[in-house]
Amino acid sequence: MAKTLFDKLWQEHEVETLSERESLLYIDRIFLHERTGSVALNSLLERGREVRRREHAFCTMDHIVDTFPGRGDTTLMPSGKDFIVATRSATRETGIRLFDIQDPDQGIVHVISPELGIALPGLSLICPDSHTCTLGGLGALAWGVGSTEAEHALATSTLRVMRPQTMQVRFEGSLPEGVTAKDLMLFTIRELSAAGGGGYAIEFAGEAIEALSVEARLTLCNMATELSAFTGLIAPDQKVVDYCAGRQFAPSGIRWDQACAHWQSLRTDSQAHFDSKRTLGIAHLKPQLSWGTSPQYCIDWDDAIPLVGDALNASDSAAWQRMQEYMGLSGGSRLSDYSIDAAFIGSCTNSRLSDLRLAADYLLRTGHRVARGVKALCVPGSGRVKREAEDQGLHEVFQNAGFEWREPGCSMCFFAGGESFGDRARVASTTNRNFEGRQGIGSRTHLASPVTVVASACAGYLTADTTA
Amino acid sequence: MMPFSQHLGVAAPLLRDNIDTDTIIPSREMRTVSRTGLAAGLFAPWRYTDAEARTPNSTFVLNSADYDGASILLAGQNFGCGSSREHAVWALIESGFRVVIAPSFATIFKNNALRNGLLTVELDRSGILEILNWVEADPQRHRVEVDLEQCALRHDVALGPTSFVVNPDSRKMLLQGLDEIGLTEQSLDSIAAFESNDRKRRSWAHLRGD
Repeated sequence: MAKTLFDKLWQEHEVETLSERESLLYIDRIFLHERTGSVALNSLLERGREVRRREHAFCTMDHIVDTFPGRGDTTLMPSGKDFIVATRSATRETGIRLFDIQDPDQGIVHVISPELGIALPGLSLICPDSHTCTLGGLGALAWGVGSTEAEHALATSTLRVMRPQTMQVRFEGSLPEGVTAKDLMLFTIRELSAAGGGGYAIEFAGEAIEALSVEARLTLCNMATELSAFTGLIAPDQKVVDYCAGRQFAPSGIRWDQACAHWQSLRTDSQAHFDSKRTLGIAHLKPQLSWGTSPQYCIDWDDAIPLVGDALNASDSAAWQRMQEYMGLSGGSRLSDYSIDAAFIGSCTNSRLSDLRLAADYLLRTGHRVARGVKALCVPGSGRVKREAEDQGLHEVFQNAGFEWREPGCSMCFFAGGESFGDRARVASTTNRNFEGRQGIGSRTHLASPVTVVASACAGYLTADTTA
Repeated sequence: MMPFSQHLGVAAPLLRDNIDTDTIIPSREMRTVSRTGLAAGLFAPWRYTDAEARTPNSTFVLNSADYDGASILLAGQNFGCGSSREHAVWALIESGFRVVIAPSFATIFKNNALRNGLLTVELDRSGILEILNWVEADPQRHRVEVDLEQCALRHDVALGPTSFVVNPDSRKMLLQGLDEIGLTEQSLDSIAAFESNDRKRRSWAHLRGD
């Protein structure tokens, strides 16, 4: 019978069928971080359980550690150090490989797991972090869980999982010049809604997907959780194989050949059935910017912010009203009417080398500098990204333009380490969530691609006009 | 895990859609490496006008005497979206909540709730409004009864009970308060057998231990 990519991945990991919908799935890799992983490890130790296969479990410091140069265990968050110290001690006690603060490979979990070859096509991978779906961009079966489930996976190498339904999102047309995977995903969330992927594993397909670089695919799948999807997936192709080759934890020799042969089979069969299918035309897609407090509230960057009176029902109308008040925006105005206080390039969505390169190219091409009064930050996703960027001189491009150049971590995506842009700051941000208060008390986050963020930082207001 | 069979309590409305876990418990309110000490941070951005000083926001529904002691939350669709933080569930439980009723839930939140004995009931918006309509007349006396044995919500007698659907596996887990890890440990033999086959089939997927 014809199968989808998801069906194949599910079947390969099925240890037992527990009921009509629930299966016991084998978990190939577990990644933890100091925020939620520390709780899982502590709980495991308290109950006297061991990590069943510690060589398959990893941990990094990204969520609480601060990103100031010369950093140590202390953070602006008063109890931040407790998490860092507890994580270090629990990983030592359980024998889990930790990418500690001074480790050259430390970084954001979803940036370092593909970089190190810990995430690979065809592997199942869980992390107590909702953006674990990022790794679906490689063709891994990866999803976010809570601390209790992470503990379960550590103790048993498995999870009891309700099988999601399958959805295919097919993009028609190719991405216009200057429009990125981030814009593509913001547009997808805008079309499907923040609840639109609920209960589904979503496979993304179409020529635009095939044309994306591996890093861009990671950006796209990263935000599958903003659709409330179980995960996002892209079938691995030769680009992915080339990307994985030679990575530290990737197989080598004959095992590499076996892996490559196996990965060939990881694609949806032509007659396979999806429970739901959506097609989105993207040939004329424009850069997207969010205006509300859920990622689904995006518009073409130069469109008018919707009028509350145009909402289709009373519930939407009330929600739009509340969001526009919170965001300090008026329906009918343009986002370019609003000046920004800050610009942020970073996070598991957009902190890879190609993201930094895109933003730096804009600075090099235009010679623009960050506008007065705008606090601008560039936070590489990992030690490796930072080194490679510095080898190419990108740090100087950013610093000369007025950006701060930081150490790797989640940083101001959610004021990790207790740092924020200030109360009610309006921020152009390459992150994934514009929730109320996400980046600080009363923060007003506008989600966008690295190109739009750097253009806005230099303009001093929200814009995706890169022609200047 | 705390079992769940029946619960009678005050129901409070928070009918916004897409209430995310950053709002349920902000990152800055998760101060210790444990599952406790979270109640004061529940809905901090909405509950306080100044979260640091803990100045209550008198217009927030859970600060109203009408909903004092609320243990059932009526919410909008996609409740618990965003971050996977289980702290959102722990904070709700520590604050006395046993049930959340919403048109839909984010998957990770729902899984976390199930593993901590917090019942999530999916009910369409009109069903929720019907309950709310009755509750609002006298929230402290018009208590809602949630019966997981019968999969029924009892509220306005005139309307009769509202039935709801729960996945049978989840229902069993909640009714019996099962420890999932303990349950899976009964399958350790089949896990080992799977692994031994898998090492032949996908040798590349297995890293060497030391």
